[in-house]
Amino acid sequence: MIPAAFDYVRAGSAAEAIQLIGQYGDEAKFLAGGHSLVPAMKLRLAQPTVLVDIGRVSDLSYIRDGGDHIAIGALTRHMDVEKSPVLAEHVPLLAHAAGHVGDPQVRHRGTIGGSLAHADPASDLPATTLALGATYVAEGPNGTREIAAADFYQGYFTSALAPDEMLTEIRVPKMGGAGWSFQKFNRRAQDWAIVGVAAWQRGSECGVGLVNMASTPVLASSVAAAIAGGASAADAAEAAAAEADPQADLNASVEYRVHLAKVLTRRALQAAAG
Amino acid sequence: MTMTDDTTGVLGQRLLRREDPALLTGEARYTSDLPIPGALHLAVLRSPYARARILSVDTSAAAAMPGVTAVFSGADLADAWAGPMPCAWPVTEDMKSPTHYPLAVGQANYVGDGVACVLATSATAARDALDAIEVEYEPLEAVIDLEDALSDRVVIHDEIGTNRSYTWDLKIEESEGQVDRAFADAAYSVKARYIQQRLIPAAMEPRAVAAIPQPFGGDMTLYSATQVPHILKVMTALTLGIPEHQLRVVAPAVGGGFGSKLNVYAEELLCVALAKRTGSPVRWTETRSEGNQATIHGRGQIQDIELAADSDGRLTAVRVRLIGDMGAYLQLVTPGVPLLGAFLYAGVYELPKAYDFSCTSVFTNMTPTDAYRGAGRPEATYAIERAMDTLAAEIGIDPLELRRRNFIPTEAYPYEAMTGLVYDSGDHDRAATLAAEMIDYAGVRARQESQNVPGAAKRLGIGVSTYFEMCGLAPSRVLASLNYGAGGWEAATVRVLPTNKIQVVTGTAPHGQGHETAWSMIVAEKMGVSPDDVDVLHSDTAIAPLGLDTYGSRSLSVGGVAIAMACDKVIDKAKQIAAHQLEANPDDLEFSGGEFRVAGSPDRAMPLAAVAFEAFTAHNLPDGLEPNLEAHTTYDPPNFSWPFGTHMCLVEVDTETGEVDVLKYVAVDDCGNQVNPLIVDGQVHGGVVQGLAQALFEEAVYDADGNLQTSTLAEYLVPAASDVPAIETGHTITPSPTNQLGVKGIGEAGTIASTPAVINAIVDALSGLGVRDVPMPASPNTVWRAINEAQGGQQ
Ligand SMILES: Cc1cc2nc3c(=O)[nH]c(=O)nc-3n(C[C@H](O)[C@H](O)[C@H](O)COP(=O)(O)OP(=O)(O)OC[C@H]3O[C@@H](n4cnc5c(N)ncnc54)[C@H](O)[C@@H]3O)c2cc1C
Repeated sequence: MIPAAFDYVRAGSAAEAIQLIGQYGDEAKFLAGGHSLVPAMKLRLAQPTVLVDIGRVSDLSYIRDGGDHIAIGALTRHMDVEKSPVLAEHVPLLAHAAGHVGDPQVRHRGTIGGSLAHADPASDLPATTLALGATYVAEGPNGTREIAAADFYQGYFTSALAPDEMLTEIRVPKMGGAGWSFQKFNRRAQDWAIVGVAAWQRGSECGVGLVNMASTPVLASSVAAAIAGGASAADAAEAAAAEADPQADLNASVEYRVHLAKVLTRRALQAAAG
Repeated sequence: MTMTDDTTGVLGQRLLRREDPALLTGEARYTSDLPIPGALHLAVLRSPYARARILSVDTSAAAAMPGVTAVFSGADLADAWAGPMPCAWPVTEDMKSPTHYPLAVGQANYVGDGVACVLATSATAARDALDAIEVEYEPLEAVIDLEDALSDRVVIHDEIGTNRSYTWDLKIEESEGQVDRAFADAAYSVKARYIQQRLIPAAMEPRAVAAIPQPFGGDMTLYSATQVPHILKVMTALTLGIPEHQLRVVAPAVGGGFGSKLNVYAEELLCVALAKRTGSPVRWTETRSEGNQATIHGRGQIQDIELAADSDGRLTAVRVRLIGDMGAYLQLVTPGVPLLGAFLYAGVYELPKAYDFSCTSVFTNMTPTDAYRGAGRPEATYAIERAMDTLAAEIGIDPLELRRRNFIPTEAYPYEAMTGLVYDSGDHDRAATLAAEMIDYAGVRARQESQNVPGAAKRLGIGVSTYFEMCGLAPSRVLASLNYGAGGWEAATVRVLPTNKIQVVTGTAPHGQGHETAWSMIVAEKMGVSPDDVDVLHSDTAIAPLGLDTYGSRSLSVGGVAIAMACDKVIDKAKQIAAHQLEANPDDLEFSGGEFRVAGSPDRAMPLAAVAFEAFTAHNLPDGLEPNLEAHTTYDPPNFSWPFGTHMCLVEVDTETGEVDVLKYVAVDDCGNQVNPLIVDGQVHGGVVQGLAQALFEEAVYDADGNLQTSTLAEYLVPAASDVPAIETGHTITPSPTNQLGVKGIGEAGTIASTPAVINAIVDALSGLGVRDVPMPASPNTVWRAINEAQGGQQ
């Protein structure tokens, strides 16, 4: 539980953070809430030589109404996402999902940017923002670019971010009164999901994101297509795993994961419609 | 104790624990909190292979790293030991035990087995240096499966030539062949196999050790997060060849043990050996992953049980075959654990002399197992209570009714069981009736009728478990008959100070149980003082030199009783002094409320406080009486203590996902008189959660190569508060007739009773779908699979 030696520098702004990460190169990492990175360091699964602490870049902690979307600063803590009245009104699915991340301690430290950048398929917010059709904003030495959530996740813990790029904002379309449901299935209340489903539905339009069903969060487009084609929730849910490629682990066999994805998708769609 | 007007009424009160403010505010000092200037930090390099020859260990690069003082391989320390690591329970004459040293020499035998170690000026430097030690291994095939181990296909330890450690039999028949005849004649019989998965004790405080050489003369003080400072002292002295009187062992605040700190560990011996060698204090604190790998595991058995019954469902014979998983080596009491259950496979039921038990224990390439909360008794209770449900299903009667037909009748107590053990007291029907009322057993059965219909998404199940616990270890002579390497007595000293404050010195070693509170209550009751006036001293062999420590639910029923007896001795002596002062015959004095009174003349009285001061000044004592008010007792109990009870669990199972929701849990436990019901409830709550954790959550999982898959608490699922139901406790009180307090142990009861209650409830819920058993832990995936299999592969 003792990490390998590392240096620590604190950035005061996004620009400074990007400059520092460029300066220290490959072995450097951003430190946001530290709730994914530090456990990995303690087990020596990650051994960065420099940590660039962005945890105090407070001007990246915000939740703003951007007209057709809500803009969330990357350093916004899960707890602030969970409790935000703006999100409660316009993107209740995301606020609700954030309330299911870990335990209160985790939610007070962990950030939405860290959760997405970490690109853990078992995490709740990647699949949720994917289902909602979010756009992520990244800043790097060459400026700012927007990345669609659907293009962001490339493999286990691998995102479209370049090593010297920093996630600065998450833009989530307003849900416009759509019904929604977040189904998180786990053995202990505070654990990562064995399988999770984030879904919204407005008439024949819907979005379904799957947690822990592949090496990346999964957008269940076949389900959306089935719903668009008029299928019932139960029938559409049968296609839940069409885009998935789950692995077995101590909590679930592949077969069971697929089964859970279907059951939870059906329940989510029924709840979203009801 | 007869709780008459001869008391101050302290016993039985729900006093808050005096231990808690320090624990809750972080003021309590655990071993790793102790400031020890100049201490060197120990780090242990552990084998990444379950079984591998150690071809070479190159420590040179590690030794050259900054802050590193020394690096040792197992071979480097060969001369540090006077003997191998101790196993104190050679259960049979021909038991086999591979030589086991604190660091492996020649061959590592489980993932986590110590191979080399570093001493450095900081914990960080020591940890960093581990990565620089070069070990050349030749990986060997590992043995993980118990039946594979039994076959000796691969023999783990060349020196003993087999994986079988021992076979221990207990066959009891009225006449030869009775068991076989009973099965041949049985109206009903059932046969089942149950797997007791390995469990990781996961005490809140990891292990920690500090060995401090004392200036001049070679004395050594060993601080350790241990349950057994006294046993540790003897064993460390023997293993290291240190004169016992030069070793002092202190257990500071200890954060739980559950049996995992009832041991003598490699790191304790390494710290002492290296402190001796270097002349510097040496300390070590376990990481959680080390704890999962290199602190003993619990359970680990394959149980085959068969019951024979007559046409009324009354048991006529029980046959049990066990394979015990010892792990890679024998630790302190490893081989004895299955035997602690050997006497309990007939549960709380009347059984004629028709019992056939045999246990063969094998070595595997996994962490050594040893005593874990309940040790042998949860396993036994699980097997008989699951088998009783299976038998009830076979007969087609309600499982509670089957139990009632078989209960040992209350009038039969004290009851000599077929094993020859005498159960001191019991009232099983009363406990079962109370539990059934609390959970509304009849109401639940009615609800099941309407809810558990074909196609139901959620099915309701109720599980019953009735138990006897054999605890309060133990009468020394009985332990002798089991070849246990120690006695079962406990020591106590009670000392009244000149100002009427009382010191109690106990040989028990609390690590979360609240002994300071409970022992002060016993003394307060006895001596007529406030509990606040009683100080309880423990867990330091310099202060409490005699004792046999805390495990096996023994502390109250042995150590607490010893304290009460020492109080009696002090009162006897005080009475002589008071009689002398009051010019009365000691036989005419009565003692109550902290005052001696002459019978019939209430104005002639002398408070204990005055007697204490007289005893101290010794100005005017009866001829020949020694000054001071102090007495010592060593109490060897005449019998085990036999708590019993009934637990019931109500679950709802989601048939689509296999998820189990525990709706209600009722625990009725009879531990005799309760010194402090608040502490009793706490013990029951913790015990039930631990047993429920085995049923639903926990398992130390190894892959086929012997890698522990659950080496952190992210994978090893210890339930949190949000994962367990509210627990309703009820109690019946049947005082133990074998000790003056009428008390029995309660530390393990919850763990013993709860596991089968939970699984019985799940199987009950799913019986309509054809499910007959669900393996542990009953995870959603496992339950879902069991439903699928019962339904022939389709939902
Ligand atoms: C006990 C526990 C339980 C948890 N349970 C859950 C759960 O149930 N569900 C769940 O979804 N998560 C869970 N988590 C993870 C938690 O949500 C983390 O906080 C989150 O995943 C990472 O956020 P962070 O701010 O802590 O990131 P950090 O740990 O600081 O960083 C994670 C990674 O992202 C990089 N990074 C961070 N911020 C940025 C940025 N702005 N731009 C580019 N790269 C960046 C870092 O360099 C690092 O590689 C749990 C964590 C713990 C410790």
